[in-house]
Amino acid sequence: MSVRFEVNGKQVEVDVEPRMTLADCLRHELRLTGTHVGCEHGVCGTCTVIADGAAVRSCLMLAVQAEGSRIVTVEGLSDGEELSPLQKSFRRHHALQCGFCTPGMLTTAHVLLSEEPDCDATRVREVLSGNLCRCTGYISIVEAVLDARADYRPKDRATGVADKP
Amino acid sequence: MKMPPFEYACPTTLSEAVALLASHDGEAKALAGGQSLVPMLAFRLAQPALLVDLRKLAELREIKISADGVRLGAMVRWRDILDDRRLDTAHPLLKAAVAEVAHYQIRNRGTVGGSLAHADPAAEMPGIAVTCEAEISVVGKSGSRVIRAAEFFHGPLMTALAADEIIVDVRLPAWPPGRRWGFQEFARRRGDFALAAAAVFYDEDASGKARNVHVGAIGVADRPLRLHAAEAVLNGQFIDEDTIGKAEAAASASVNPQDDIHASAAYRRALVGTMVERALKAARSREMG
Repeated sequence: MSVRFEVNGKQVEVDVEPRMTLADCLRHELRLTGTHVGCEHGVCGTCTVIADGAAVRSCLMLAVQAEGSRIVTVEGLSDGEELSPLQKSFRRHHALQCGFCTPGMLTTAHVLLSEEPDCDATRVREVLSGNLCRCTGYISIVEAVLDARADYRPKDRATGVADKP
Repeated sequence: MKMPPFEYACPTTLSEAVALLASHDGEAKALAGGQSLVPMLAFRLAQPALLVDLRKLAELREIKISADGVRLGAMVRWRDILDDRRLDTAHPLLKAAVAEVAHYQIRNRGTVGGSLAHADPAAEMPGIAVTCEAEISVVGKSGSRVIRAAEFFHGPLMTALAADEIIVDVRLPAWPPGRRWGFQEFARRRGDFALAAAAVFYDEDASGKARNVHVGAIGVADRPLRLHAAEAVLNGQFIDEDTIGKAEAAASASVNPQDDIHASAAYRRALVGTMVERALKAARSREMG
């Protein structure tokens, strides 16, 4: 059946079987292969995308359920070739090894920091507990997210809170 | 793996949804947030002919708070509960339990009605419903009915819901000011299903003795339980080290969990006692605002 939604600012219309997950639709129909598929049953978090502003597992959402939604994938986080501040922070902190979990880490952390730019390490860990990194590089991932907080705070605020990692 | 094929419908009214469910001889399933049903499909443990998506039924998304208690529409998401500041006083136990549901992304999609209908024996919402003596309103082909939580859960993934029935809302009785409560859950990793969890609340009489004690547990049976034996040792007593110890022992003695790959029966029996003990200690020591 036909489904229309917005992906990274562009309207798309695709013809999918009802059983196709949003993750598979993004990858196979729209060629947005930045979204990775790990466990396919909602445990690993690597397929996380942003649906109407909320981080969701795209393997647990049918493509047909996305009708009328605004979807942002990892490809939509940056402007062209320029990395986003969060992505730069991941690079600076070596917060990726094999890179498989990275799209889900970035989309999840982006929503978290957009909503809670003053979150502490405990909150970052709690939220990222839904994303598995099989390289087990969690410490640098948490540090990268904490370090990116300043970029999500309103520009007119003189300094951030004094809880740098 | 990939899901088995199914048809999909997205009705805009409750009566249309009921008619669709009734039209498929029990082979249709309601789809709420999909955070339990979609994994079941991915494992091919469920193979419905038709999924009836409830996302357009806006009337199922409301959280109503009145003298009657807290009424949660079936399509209310965990995130909606956590974001609702009114519930800090209108039902703090619910909020504490929901904070333990799975992970951040799951809480953005998962729903109250979906969790109740799925009836996982370790899930928080069914446990809160049973502990708080909730009433679950459902609608089906032959009309509406209200099912008491104590009679709703029949076993693992089994409920009193008929194939053509949809949960409309769940009502948790009103929460008086000053009520003491605690919720304690243990899982090996954050966000995993609970190996065991306990929910407790009680009111205090003028002398400070506990009355109306409710103790519930999840993860230790084929369905959420009220632990009446633990309640009996606490009702009419002061909640102190001595009575908490007795309640812990009564809780452990009153459950009969099975060995499984996650934990032995003996471990779970001990754990539920510890959860009840910690929940009571939290209830007793909480600063009352």
